[in-house]
Amino acid sequence: MGFELPKEKFGGRIKEVAIGATKDQGGTRSARLVAGGSNGLPFLKFESEMPHMPLVAMDVVDTVRMVPDRLQESMGAVVNDPVEWAKKCESEWGADMCVLKLQSANPEEENRPAEELEGLVDKMLKGVALPMAVYGCGFEEKDAKVIEKVSNVAKGERLFLGLAEEKAFKSIAAASMANGHGVVAFSNLDINLAKQMNILLLDFGMKPENIMMDPLMAPLGMGLEYSYSNIERLRLGALSGDPVLQMPMICDCSCAWNVPEALEDNPERGNAEMRGVYWEAMTAFSAAVAGADVVIMRHPKSIVMFREAVNALAGGA
Amino acid sequence: MPTAMEIYKLLPKKNCGECKFPTCLAFAMQLANQKVALEACPYVSPEAKVALEESGAPPIKLVTFGVGELAAKMGDETQLFRHDKTFYNPTILGLIADDAEGIDGMKAKVDEAHAMSFERVGQMLRVDSVAVRHSSGSPEDFVAAVKVAADKELPVTIMCEDPALASKAVDACADKKPMLYRATESNFDAMVALAKGKSLPLVVSAPSLDELAQAADKAKKAGVSDIVLEPSIQTSADMLVNMTAIRRAAVKNKFRPLGFPTIAVLDGTAADHMKAALGVMKYSSAVLMDSMPREMVYPLLAMRQNIFTDPQVPIQVKAGMYKVGEPTDKSPVMFTTNFSLTYFTVRADIEKSKVPAWLLVVDTEGQSVMTAFAAGKLTPESVAKAIEDFKVKEMSSRNEIILPGMVSRMSGKLGELTGMKITVGPRESSGLPKLMKSLSG
Repeated sequence: MGFELPKEKFGGRIKEVAIGATKDQGGTRSARLVAGGSNGLPFLKFESEMPHMPLVAMDVVDTVRMVPDRLQESMGAVVNDPVEWAKKCESEWGADMCVLKLQSANPEEENRPAEELEGLVDKMLKGVALPMAVYGCGFEEKDAKVIEKVSNVAKGERLFLGLAEEKAFKSIAAASMANGHGVVAFSNLDINLAKQMNILLLDFGMKPENIMMDPLMAPLGMGLEYSYSNIERLRLGALSGDPVLQMPMICDCSCAWNVPEALEDNPERGNAEMRGVYWEAMTAFSAAVAGADVVIMRHPKSIVMFREAVNALAGGA
Repeated sequence: MPTAMEIYKLLPKKNCGECKFPTCLAFAMQLANQKVALEACPYVSPEAKVALEESGAPPIKLVTFGVGELAAKMGDETQLFRHDKTFYNPTILGLIADDAEGIDGMKAKVDEAHAMSFERVGQMLRVDSVAVRHSSGSPEDFVAAVKVAADKELPVTIMCEDPALASKAVDACADKKPMLYRATESNFDAMVALAKGKSLPLVVSAPSLDELAQAADKAKKAGVSDIVLEPSIQTSADMLVNMTAIRRAAVKNKFRPLGFPTIAVLDGTAADHMKAALGVMKYSSAVLMDSMPREMVYPLLAMRQNIFTDPQVPIQVKAGMYKVGEPTDKSPVMFTTNFSLTYFTVRADIEKSKVPAWLLVVDTEGQSVMTAFAAGKLTPESVAKAIEDFKVKEMSSRNEIILPGMVSRMSGKLGELTGMKITVGPRESSGLPKLMKSLSG
């Protein structure tokens, strides 16, 4: 009698969510990506299906104020121009999609007017064909104006707009529903809050296939264990059949670049640039192993490392 | 653990009372709760004793190698997911010195492993062991290197599939309890005999889990009690599936032949570095590697520290006055709690402002600002005491302290208690850079 692999079967499945619209679908994106779709724990293909690999979204920030010096050195002058930055993500760095973070809308910093940002997004959509998500600056009033304009200018492109939060989701949800975009639903490291956020959006009239969850990714060394377990619990909750938890998860691993010990010059801890690269790659890898469907990353080298690791895990070359 | 009824069935049912409990059932209930030892029953049969010890044993055996304070502990895990309780014994990391590198190369590797320790959030993180491997080098050099390694502090793994040579290496360090790597189909009996004779932990290796379970069972029956399992980890996919299957079989199905710690031996490529991270997350009790660049080891150790943190016990930083940058007595002072996550976030946000500052960390037993405030662990009194204890007024002449916006309610009372000017900071620490710039400007 041979030893049989102990299998786990679940009743639930992560919903498939489409990101981006191609010409046939009314947009101008180069691809329609699909996140989610799995009916088991990540990468355990002997017992479950995993129809889609975790997607890699590269973040593009519209102000260098938010880009650490170390990254500016690694990525070069393109960080000064979001469109050039995104082009590089598309042509050289192998991103599946881009997340444009409109941090310059911040009313306490650059406070760029919504019209200008609308122009930036328009230029971005014309210059770069990757599927895209667009995030506001986190100030509710300003984001309401900015995201509405973004939604209109990108009509038909099926962007994902963010971040919808418990106290500030209506304007983003309305903007997405008006033009067929999706929404990224943010919650603060807690399975119940994540569920609550989804319920709010569903009650508001959004369809589940238009929602992805951002359950807050804490980076390696700064609370990774909370995120890792939270993602695992969300995934198990979804698989056990709770429909309100079955939205795919998008985890922002660029947070790794906020960790001082990942960046500091300290020869005891090895080469600083590569330490940062490992820091981000391991943060993203842990998110994927726990159950993330999309990871947001920054450093081209981390992305190479991450991709090789998840491809190997999925049984590819 | 078996239930009281399962235990009761195996007891003599005499109700003699000699165990100091009135009935065998009462005794069984105490046993199930681990309040008494089976030895208190004078009449229990040897068969029942074996059965009870077996069923009461942890699902994954604890195996140690090395001696003294730095002895490496593996196994004794009870969970598939850390959120269900915790993971107990952090993945043992080991650096491999191969005899193809020559005696000097091996010595350098041994020193390198010993040098890799880092202090992080009050804990010492280190590469925990050294492995000496015989491949294409000279057997004399190999044995000499084992001796060099064994004379140092870190536990040693002897990697050699030739039982005669392995035996010589063991003789060079038998009192240091090295781990023996490894028994395969071709050397099984001799390696088992060597491990048994010297009471050493033995790595058992087989290409499939079925063969691995059989080999481990055979080694156990031959008298080796400390077994470490090496499943195939040729690809990352194999590694995840096999490690997961072993953990499930041991923990969920109480399948004894696989109820042992696991090991993964990797090369030194970038892909292997990520495999090491996989091992930390997904059930490798030990990971041995050919090379460990520091820029990889440090994040890997941080990940191990994160994953093996007990979810019920938050990592804390020591209470006290911390410098951010090079503050002077004119620099701003602010306080936060000693929950490590809170501390790191606040610290990073202060650093972003590039304004040097003092950060007073108040002991809240590892709770975050709001939780500690709600639980009465962050009060005007406790903050005032910390200001006193850590001599805040001696280090800063501003006589002003910035408090987290979430607890602005305590500003009046805190001002009264300390006589300091209280400035209410932002609710989220991400607002600190702006405040700091306005204060210094």
